[in-house]
Amino acid sequence: MRDVAVIGVGMTPWGELWEKSLRTIFVEPALLAIQDAGVDKVDSLIVGSMSSGLFIGQEHLASLLADYLGYGPIPAARVESACASGGLALKMGYLEVASGLSDVVLVGGVEKMTDVTGNEATFALGTAADQEYEGFHGITFPGLYALIARAHMEKYGTTRQQLAMVAVKNHLNGSKNPLAQYPFQITVEAVLNSVLVADPLRVLDCSPITDGAAAVILAPVEMAKKLKKPVVKITGIGHATDTIALSGRKDITWLESVYLAGQQAFKMAGRKPQDIQFVEVHDCFTIAEICVTEALGFVEKGKGGQAVERGLTSLTGKIPVNPSGGLKSKGHPVGATGVAQAVEVVKQLRGEAGDRQVKGARVGMAQNMGGSGGSCLVHIFERE
Amino acid sequence: MEGIIGYGAYIPRNRIKVEEIAKVWGADAPSYKKGLMLEEKSVPSPDQDTITMSVEASKNALRRARIDPREIGAVYIGSESHPYAVKPSGTVLAEALGATPEVHTSDFEFACKAGTEGMFVAFGLVKAGLIKYGLGVGADTSQGAPGDALEYSAAAGAAAFLFGRENLVAEVLNTYSYTTDTPDFWRREYQYYPQHGGRFTGDPAYFKHITGAAQGIMKLAGMKPADFAYVIFHQPNGKFPMRVGEMLGFKKPQIEPGWLVPRLGNTYSGSSPLGLTATLDIAKPGDLILLVSYGSGAGSDGFVFKVTGKIDEVRDLAPRTRDLLEKNKKYLEYGVYAKFRQKIRKAD
Repeated sequence: MRDVAVIGVGMTPWGELWEKSLRTIFVEPALLAIQDAGVDKVDSLIVGSMSSGLFIGQEHLASLLADYLGYGPIPAARVESACASGGLALKMGYLEVASGLSDVVLVGGVEKMTDVTGNEATFALGTAADQEYEGFHGITFPGLYALIARAHMEKYGTTRQQLAMVAVKNHLNGSKNPLAQYPFQITVEAVLNSVLVADPLRVLDCSPITDGAAAVILAPVEMAKKLKKPVVKITGIGHATDTIALSGRKDITWLESVYLAGQQAFKMAGRKPQDIQFVEVHDCFTIAEICVTEALGFVEKGKGGQAVERGLTSLTGKIPVNPSGGLKSKGHPVGATGVAQAVEVVKQLRGEAGDRQVKGARVGMAQNMGGSGGSCLVHIFERE
Repeated sequence: MEGIIGYGAYIPRNRIKVEEIAKVWGADAPSYKKGLMLEEKSVPSPDQDTITMSVEASKNALRRARIDPREIGAVYIGSESHPYAVKPSGTVLAEALGATPEVHTSDFEFACKAGTEGMFVAFGLVKAGLIKYGLGVGADTSQGAPGDALEYSAAAGAAAFLFGRENLVAEVLNTYSYTTDTPDFWRREYQYYPQHGGRFTGDPAYFKHITGAAQGIMKLAGMKPADFAYVIFHQPNGKFPMRVGEMLGFKKPQIEPGWLVPRLGNTYSGSSPLGLTATLDIAKPGDLILLVSYGSGAGSDGFVFKVTGKIDEVRDLAPRTRDLLEKNKKYLEYGVYAKFRQKIRKAD
């Protein structure tokens, strides 16, 4: 297996991009990534997208995008693991390069979510839950995470205010990210007074509906060394699954797939949680960030809420979480999220993150999760 | 000179409060009141529809215009709730007013802009010299699906305007239209309730077309926001017209007299026309008034009016709009409202 580096990244502003179709939304950051890498060819394309079929009625995405990009007839594949589709695309791209099947791989993630009504979007997202055990009984994703939040509050004393602080922190970080969908700051009061979605979660606890895409170029480390850019290697990969339905788990406050994927990635990279200088996590809801920081071992079990309150996860804290603004402020075009996390980590490691730069960043992590933790991808990136 | 020679309003007396609707759906009334700036809305009685309300509003316009209805050469009703799919509303109105048979009649439909379209064409025929007087009416018994955000705003009301060349109440200085194909809100044939694109109805739809039309007509007229005593925008909720006014550089006191929506609801084709009748009720001679409607689909019509000395003479010949809005109200519970709006199916 060859060592793999990220040699190019691309992302364009996210939001309600009503004037752009999926193919345009994808091609813009893909071309930026190709330009950033300075390559004149791409050997293969892997694209993550959760539900283009339900959102825009389009499947067979990989061929469509390879063609629209002007790279047909290269091999192209679309992968899906609900909201972790982007993270999975990154892993598959890694394997493509590491195995020697391709030298230069374009890994993209894309979702066009605003062409449907709110109800239709809620349904599409709900397909990431267990339809027979959860969906058919009427629960939606905010409902599932509300159950987790309520259980976490009961078990560990996590407070409503601490949940709000996750959103406040991520919006503060996102206000420094020009590509974010909602690059403005919010207050704890604003979160607590926002519309109730599923008790205890309010609308400002939830990541938004977003149109967007992101792309990275992967290549062997040997090739990366010949380019005039800092070399950023992927040193650890973890990938695990869990029951899709919450009812199948021993403890719904604990995300086992995140724990297992984290352990694998740490082992592969030869790293411990203390070695990680910042992490992009899957804060689809405020409670998710709290559970994820616990499962990855950055904070003790049950102390994720306190960690936010004490500022440990802020941009200047012990372990900055979501310097990009996270899903909450940056947006959450589901299939694109995992790739966008990689884009942020690479920018941080190259020292190109502007006002939200984590000082002296050399080792970073991205954690991308499907549904309520039914799948999880973790990647560790290091600057040589 | 051509312009308005008489205007009239009609608002049904029934009201339902936002709290009463929210209670039924388990929704959060304060967030609707704060977020959309809505308090209550008008509800038509079971025997009221676009035609009956158009007749009421047009009679009030005739009272102010004091003309012989047989000299009305055109009768146009704009609505998205014409009682018949096939058979005009306008013929009933023309007959009720005594304007038949030498009259051109047509029904207009362009979501919430249909009212100003009728006005636009009636005015155009007068200006062209083809007719002596023309009547343009905007009226709706708006539909909103039970439990949908629209149910809190979909209201009923009508406004009518007679256009002519003499004895003007308000001269029309300019007209302007701004139209694109933007599908933000629609209802297909045989569907009972409209569908809408949620937030898509905002920036690319309402705000783009209203700012486009307002800026276009001000450029045409060589005027700026400060030149106008009053401005009326389409009012789908309380928030949008205030926000678009601010975006264009208007101040609250210019908007408020015609801002009826918090206690009236969105009367669709009657919305901005009713804002105009309420504004004419308090306007002074010489005042300039800007009206910009909005209809989903999408487009905006703009009018610049200059109020004349006649206004003081005709104002009290028919009920004032604010009196129709605030006096003689009757509050309904949701059950009666559901019956009035034919949301309850009875045995055939």
